[in-house]
Amino acid sequence: MLRIPCPFCGPRDHAEFSYEGDATVAYPPLDASREDWFEAVFLRANPCGAHREMWHHVQGCRAFVVVERDTLTHEIKGARLAHRPTAEAIQ
Amino acid sequence: MQRYNALSVLWGGLTGQRHWKKVWGEAEPKQHYDVVIVGGGGHGLATAYYLAKEHGLRRVAVLEKGWLGGGNAGRNTTIIRSNYMIEGNTEFYEHSLKLWENLSHELNFNVMFSQRSHLTLVFTPSQRDAMARRYNIMRLNGIDGEFWNQDRLRHEVPHLNFDGGRLPILGAYVQPRAGTARHDAVNWGYARAATALGVDILQNCEVTGFIRKAGELVGVETSRGEILADKIGLAVAGHTSVLAHKAGLGKLPLETHKLQAYVSEPVKPLIDQVIVFGGFGHFYISQSDKGGLVYGGDLDTYNSYAQKGNLPVYADVAAAAMQIFPCLGRVKLLRQWAGVMDMSMDGSPFITKTHIPNLYLNAGWCYGGFKATPGSGHTFAHTIANDEPHWANRLLTLERYREGRLIDESGHGPVPKLQ
Ligand SMILES: Cc1cc2nc3c(=O)[nH]c(=O)nc-3n(C[C@H](O)[C@H](O)[C@H](O)COP(=O)(O)OP(=O)(O)OC[C@H]3O[C@@H](n4cnc5c(N)ncnc54)[C@H](O)[C@@H]3O)c2cc1C
Repeated sequence: MLRIPCPFCGPRDHAEFSYEGDATVAYPPLDASREDWFEAVFLRANPCGAHREMWHHVQGCRAFVVVERDTLTHEIKGARLAHRPTAEAIQ
Repeated sequence: MQRYNALSVLWGGLTGQRHWKKVWGEAEPKQHYDVVIVGGGGHGLATAYYLAKEHGLRRVAVLEKGWLGGGNAGRNTTIIRSNYMIEGNTEFYEHSLKLWENLSHELNFNVMFSQRSHLTLVFTPSQRDAMARRYNIMRLNGIDGEFWNQDRLRHEVPHLNFDGGRLPILGAYVQPRAGTARHDAVNWGYARAATALGVDILQNCEVTGFIRKAGELVGVETSRGEILADKIGLAVAGHTSVLAHKAGLGKLPLETHKLQAYVSEPVKPLIDQVIVFGGFGHFYISQSDKGGLVYGGDLDTYNSYAQKGNLPVYADVAAAAMQIFPCLGRVKLLRQWAGVMDMSMDGSPFITKTHIPNLYLNAGWCYGGFKATPGSGHTFAHTIANDEPHWANRLLTLERYREGRLIDESGHGPVPKLQ
């Protein structure tokens, strides 16, 4: 079990969360080129090591949390709210 | 190569089993090869075998960072089937199944391929309709498939939980030619047959980088020195992205996730087929010849290169097991492990040339690459040798994502954890 430090709820079992994948993917504007959309939807860096990823605390506070985790050791370096203004407000 | 036959087994039995020789030789890296295959799993070994056997290439090497079969080739639950319905997959997996049917003879090595049939249970009328569509499409494509109603299923698998649970079992869709094989034997069989044709198998040989000359890819850097090659094929399953970055392929439509497998203590013969429970949970089970129940379920659902699984998934798998086979409640779990898999964005693989000349790619196997082993090796060898795909892998390209021509059997969309 991974223990994810949710900014609202504290350390919680990962089974309370839903994994949403690579958090570095930025979706382009709707009228962006086909190539930009292809990259955002389909291509992933998929690193072995440091990974910034999105977790949804569905069975907790329901916040989206950005977690820094190592994909080889599973070590979690930190977590913050995905929603920047809220993250800054609770700082 | 020492050929195996009934007489040699008998003779060996009478002479204290002293006739067994080493099955494949240890090779030293040569300076240059026609083709270097990176990854000594089932796919890499099979590719090397077919390159030598069907395309007459004699200077071929397989580079494996650990030991043969230490990856997913030796970690899977060994289910083999071809019950696919989308063009691209249909012809590829059926091609592979046909190769399985003659594999023990082809390799002169018993891979213990057992066509014990594969059952997908159905619980609701809508599930039955969806499966009827799939199995009808298979039949139109010349692939065997049939429906067993509840009476037939009660006769064939009496210990299923037909009436007790929330989910009454209506019947099962069955592929009779599907089954299991012994995964280690597949790796050893291909390794033995490939070395007999002159292929070098280099273990403890990790590829750490690529060598370029005047902008062209000309070889690989390894933990055992530099090795030059005219052509390089990648068959490294869960580690594909790592090498793709080094080779200059960049990002791929892949995420690496881990999947666990479980084996129980040996019990008397209980399950004659491969049985799959999907839709409300995910659980698949068969029984090995030693009596162990071999089973599995879902991924751990987050990117991972760690070959170790976690307990919440096991709790889900155990709950699903109890739903359909309550008689397993007191059977003890003996072993558990995980492998890292190349989950693609549409759940289907790619066996293809790349935009880098001399570099060929074989990846995206998700949960299902063991059954693909012969077909993958056969068509990848064809692609490498002829610089164009075999008929069976012509649609398993990387371009399909850009072109919007996904081969998405499950309809989950570009979410690797669900594929
Ligand atoms: C638990 C589990 C259950 C499964 N069940 C089934 C099933 O029932 N049916 C089915 O069809 N499929 C199943 N699969 C999937 C199947 O096992 C894989 O898709 C298939 O084995 C992948 O191909 P491979 O055999 O070549 O991979 P692997 O055996 O993983 O081969 C890749 C090899 O590349 C090597 N490598 C990696 N990086 C480097 C490097 N830099 N240099 C040199 N070598 C390198 C690795 O060490 C490894 O040996 C399962 C997988 C798992 C993990």
